Amino acid sequence: MAVAIILLLVAVGSVLFHIFSPWWWTPIASNWRYIDDTITLTFWITGAVFFAVVAFMAYCVLRFQHKEGRRAAYNPENKKLEWWLTVGTAIGVVAMLAPGLVVWHQFVTVPADATEVEVVGQQWLWSYRLPGKDGRLGTSDARNVSSDNPLGLNPSDPNGQDDIVVQNDDLHLPIGKSVKVLLRSIDVLHDFYVPEFRAKMDMIPGSVTYYWLTPTRTGTFEVLCAELCGAAHAQMRSKVIVEEEKDYHAWLEKHKTYAELSGHRNVAKAAYKTGSE
Amino acid sequence: MVDVPFDTVAGISPAEVGEVELYHPRSWWTRYVFSQDAKVIAIQYSITAMAIGMVALVLSWLMRLQLGFPGTFSFIDPNEYLQFITMHGMIMVIYLLTALFLGGFGNYLIPLMVGARDMVFPYVNMLSYWVYLLAVVVLASTFFVPGGPTGAGWTLYPPQAILSGTPGQDWGIILMLASLILFIIGFTMGGLNYVVTVLQARTRGMTLMRLPLTVWGIFTATVMALLAFPALFVASVMMLLDRILGTSFFMPTLVEMGQLTKYGGGSPILFQHLFWFFGHPEVYIVALPAFGIISDLISVHARKNIFGYRMMVWAIVGIGALSFVVWAHHMYVSGMHPYFGFFFATTTLIIAIPTAIKVYNWVLTLWRGDIHLTVPMLFALAFIITFLNGGLTGLFLGNVVVDVPLSDTMFVVAHFHMVMGIAPIMAVFGGIYHWYPKVTGRMLDEVLGRFHFWVSFLGAYAIFFPMHYLGLLGMPRRYHDIGETAFVPASAHDLNAFMSVAALIVGFAQLVFVFNLIWSLFKGKESGGNPWGAASLEWQTPQTPPGHGNWGKDLPIVYRWAYDYSVPGATRDFVPQDEPPAGLSAQVAHA
Repeated sequence: MAVAIILLLVAVGSVLFHIFSPWWWTPIASNWRYIDDTITLTFWITGAVFFAVVAFMAYCVLRFQHKEGRRAAYNPENKKLEWWLTVGTAIGVVAMLAPGLVVWHQFVTVPADATEVEVVGQQWLWSYRLPGKDGRLGTSDARNVSSDNPLGLNPSDPNGQDDIVVQNDDLHLPIGKSVKVLLRSIDVLHDFYVPEFRAKMDMIPGSVTYYWLTPTRTGTFEVLCAELCGAAHAQMRSKVIVEEEKDYHAWLEKHKTYAELSGHRNVAKAAYKTGSE
Repeated sequence: MVDVPFDTVAGISPAEVGEVELYHPRSWWTRYVFSQDAKVIAIQYSITAMAIGMVALVLSWLMRLQLGFPGTFSFIDPNEYLQFITMHGMIMVIYLLTALFLGGFGNYLIPLMVGARDMVFPYVNMLSYWVYLLAVVVLASTFFVPGGPTGAGWTLYPPQAILSGTPGQDWGIILMLASLILFIIGFTMGGLNYVVTVLQARTRGMTLMRLPLTVWGIFTATVMALLAFPALFVASVMMLLDRILGTSFFMPTLVEMGQLTKYGGGSPILFQHLFWFFGHPEVYIVALPAFGIISDLISVHARKNIFGYRMMVWAIVGIGALSFVVWAHHMYVSGMHPYFGFFFATTTLIIAIPTAIKVYNWVLTLWRGDIHLTVPMLFALAFIITFLNGGLTGLFLGNVVVDVPLSDTMFVVAHFHMVMGIAPIMAVFGGIYHWYPKVTGRMLDEVLGRFHFWVSFLGAYAIFFPMHYLGLLGMPRRYHDIGETAFVPASAHDLNAFMSVAALIVGFAQLVFVFNLIWSLFKGKESGGNPWGAASLEWQTPQTPPGHGNWGKDLPIVYRWAYDYSVPGATRDFVPQDEPPAGLSAQVAHA
């Protein structure tokens, strides 16, 4: 009796916890509402199965607990029942998988009008790069990394000269514009993770990964690293600020291009050389 | 329901092969230390695994202290926290669960359950244990080397695992990889034994479809391990070369602490594929023996045959096979080609079907049973609940797009602890309470057992069920301190503190269990040979604990499956596997 009640309480308690939990996902700030919907659907299906099975167990324990003279039934198999359960399960699985794959297809299909933004991870800070007037990012390579060129941009790539390099600052994004976030690392694995965006992807040294999203809500959102990257993994933070287009442009104006940054340095170097001669 | 009889007694074929001469120990050393008897090896494996498991348990307390009360314990710094989680994970998954299920339960139960006198290669079996012990010693030594154990996370992802930003980069990672290589060598020697014994040393009448599901689970898990561990083996060798000789199997051109390294041309993703090609089957290497054990516990203690035996066998085999084509569901956000997601999400969710069948058949075995709520039965019920819970959250993480927000959060931590931490450990406990009388001739104490059960089950559920919701909130895993983070409310810190207190309580309940193991060895109630009235062969040995060679002069002959409980018309509510059917005397069969 007591065991059956406790089993039932576990099932009921789990459902109540779910309903009244103050810990729930953050208010969404991107177009990936479909992901939330798929999670909700999955909660309904799995929750129903969990409750049904545990409640059935509790009933069996209550009803068929040993008492003097009880003898169990002998029924090794029941083909029909087993097939019905298999088919029912398969239907439940398809009901979750099919919408999941549809949404995944959207997730991996970047719209043609998405603008590119590059996020660079390194132990243990975030840097950003945005394309300049030409709308294209220049190439990069970890071999080019130096104190003058911390992101390893290719100095001879004309596309890269007008790229805007953002260091020691937050990333700003315009609301309502699709962005393809290009992800790059120069040392170990990292993962650019903004909970409100729902999207997430590892960054791997030696290759460029990506995901896309459309910010749908203005505000300031915390950036965390979601792939273990060493001792200061938990402190690798930044912020993304989603704002109206004109604020975004004002922010963009404040930042220097790669050519300006490296040009200053070249000028300084040249002056130094001249001085020493 | 239509009742279909399972297995009519067919004629028993005469023995084809004569008995092999057993190795006989000549001294105390070869009897109890360098023993070739599978039963002694099983106990050695189990004690070693539980001893190193206690280390992992203590590490989990330290982790929970840090998470529940960040900043309070000055002796835990971020580096140490990473070392704790890494060692905790690696020990629990490989050195405790794999070793205990296969080396412990496998060694003890396979020969007894199939009616053999011992494993087929006893000497290799002995070596298997000693190499395993060496692996454990090497692993434990990393706590004492300069720099301490590796803090790369139990997945050991390069490049960070071997670079200087990660603790344990000098000796910790080298010894960890060496220990894994040793473990795999040791396991392979044992694993070949288990497989060949099941295939070749079954007694007369013990057809494959009469094997207890425990043997099916351990057998299938062993075959899987023999196929999966080599991937980890090569990955470990290559990473060791990357670390020591500066090769670049997994290392692309990269910068270490601002300096360009000499590495170039390798692939970090390749390591992840190799790791998970091992790592996913590993989940089932731990789960399948648990499935088998739970099936047998439920059947014995509900006095009812396991429901749908044939389906259960095919589900085990099917899950084993499918688990080799789902590995990249651990890598949905790794940056691999996004189209892999379609394939791996589909295969992953298909596995849910045979797995669900197993759960249905367990609960249908309870239906119209005669349920004895013994301690093993309680653990079996707890296994079903925790496994079901963890299996269902697997449907979130396996469904590629749902995994994207949840991956690398506490949701994942909660999921895998529920499904391959708590659930298999419930099976381990259930199995120990169930077979301890056979191993020692004494019962474990019932009152301590019930206390241990309720604290462990409800406590573990209280830790890991709410943890999912922290993940849903977005709290990432492997953070020693979430700190000031805008989206994390103060109540989440309270929840963390609650889980930590629960973890400490559950941890101390395990000490009660250890006490029970030792105390009952001397003071436990004498059990006799078959205290549960079980039908499978291991309970029919002439002596308890079984003597050297397991059986008396003649090997048992098997006439039926292992699940003849409450057979209509039978006098007792179980019929042992070696009991001849009415009208056929054992003497006739032997002739």
